[in-house]
Amino acid sequence: MSTEVIDKVEVKKETEALFSKKRKSLVSNPMDSDNPITIQVLGICSALAVTIALQGTLIMAFAVMFVVMMANVVISALRNTIPNRIRIIVQLVVVATLVATVDQTLRAFAYEQSKALSVFVGLIITNCIVMGRLEAFAMGNKPWDSLLDGFGNSLGYAWIIIAIAFVRELLGAGKLLGFQVLDKAWYTANGFFATPAAACIILGVIIWILRARSGYVED
Amino acid sequence: MENLLNIFVRSIFIDNMIFAYFLGMCSYLAVSKKYKTATGLGAAVIFVLAITVPLNWLAYNYLLKEGALTWVSENLADVDLEVLKFIVFIAIVAAFVQLIEMIVEKFSPSLYNALGIFLPLIAVNCSILGAALFLPSREYNLAEATTFGVGSGVGWFLAVVSLAAIREKMAYSDVPKPLRGLGITFIVVGLMAFGFMSFAGFKLPF
Repeated sequence: MSTEVIDKVEVKKETEALFSKKRKSLVSNPMDSDNPITIQVLGICSALAVTIALQGTLIMAFAVMFVVMMANVVISALRNTIPNRIRIIVQLVVVATLVATVDQTLRAFAYEQSKALSVFVGLIITNCIVMGRLEAFAMGNKPWDSLLDGFGNSLGYAWIIIAIAFVRELLGAGKLLGFQVLDKAWYTANGFFATPAAACIILGVIIWILRARSGYVED
Repeated sequence: MENLLNIFVRSIFIDNMIFAYFLGMCSYLAVSKKYKTATGLGAAVIFVLAITVPLNWLAYNYLLKEGALTWVSENLADVDLEVLKFIVFIAIVAAFVQLIEMIVEKFSPSLYNALGIFLPLIAVNCSILGAALFLPSREYNLAEATTFGVGSGVGWFLAVVSLAAIREKMAYSDVPKPLRGLGITFIVVGLMAFGFMSFAGFKLPF
């Protein structure tokens, strides 16, 4: 179960340095040993669907980063006033407001990209990383720690989706960020990598490599 | 009628929520370890999609769309509330799921035992919100939207049950250690998605 994997991190009170060791680990752990995608199995949908080209993936990564960090801070600041029974709806409303902001901003300044990402910007609302971090961290920790936690987790998410997009755009179209990198004269674009099914397999291989390195075995 | 059948078949096989759009992957991977739990969540998804998609359709067409409020007053013809669609859709889904949970718990404890633990998971299942977000661009009428909801649910059910069956069988195979669990599951899902891609070439006879 993905939700069980999230460990509740307790941060002790008062007089902690702004970037103490513990706080640094809030950012560094999700990059590797506690990665939201490969270990916690959260936020898979968008990781597979938006990674066809690097540019859209970068925009998606920034959008998720903004939403996770802001939602963590807001919920963390409100955590003592939210009644437990309706907390999911409160969280969803906060997240949905942030996502609507991101969506409108993208429409205003990057219309083509926002069209290409279609429903997936809206689906940040149900991106499990956002809800998972709110439930597991922001509901029990102070705003600054929550901000760092959100930053770390969205960075862990970002590097995985950027890695997938890099492989898919390079091999699927011979391009990077829209520029032709592999010469058409000798490289025929491999349509296989442009299909979403390839994203699944690339992600499986990335998980394989990461786990072979760390020695983590499931079951 | 033919049109409805067309949408139904299309949303199950060709535009399958999992294999074509990869929506609802988190719970898909989490519950597909056992055949029985997969069936439970699959049924709950069909149920929730069949009801929230028409509800969201009503909300979109009579509240959010540009000019949707003309049934209140002619003066509101150029009001466009589409900005609010995320909040309205997710509020409807979350409130509805909560409501169902309470009703089922009260009137049918046996159904609650079977579905109950899955219902809270569904509020954050992307396939539910995803189906709602596809509505504005597809211009369905109410009957078509309902068919689309049910069909998407059936497609999701099919996908989760077949993956669970494969994973149960896979318990007996000798998978390389680092690939066990999540890694091999992704590769299997990728291969299944390939299978489903072959439906994309079909031209429906009706």
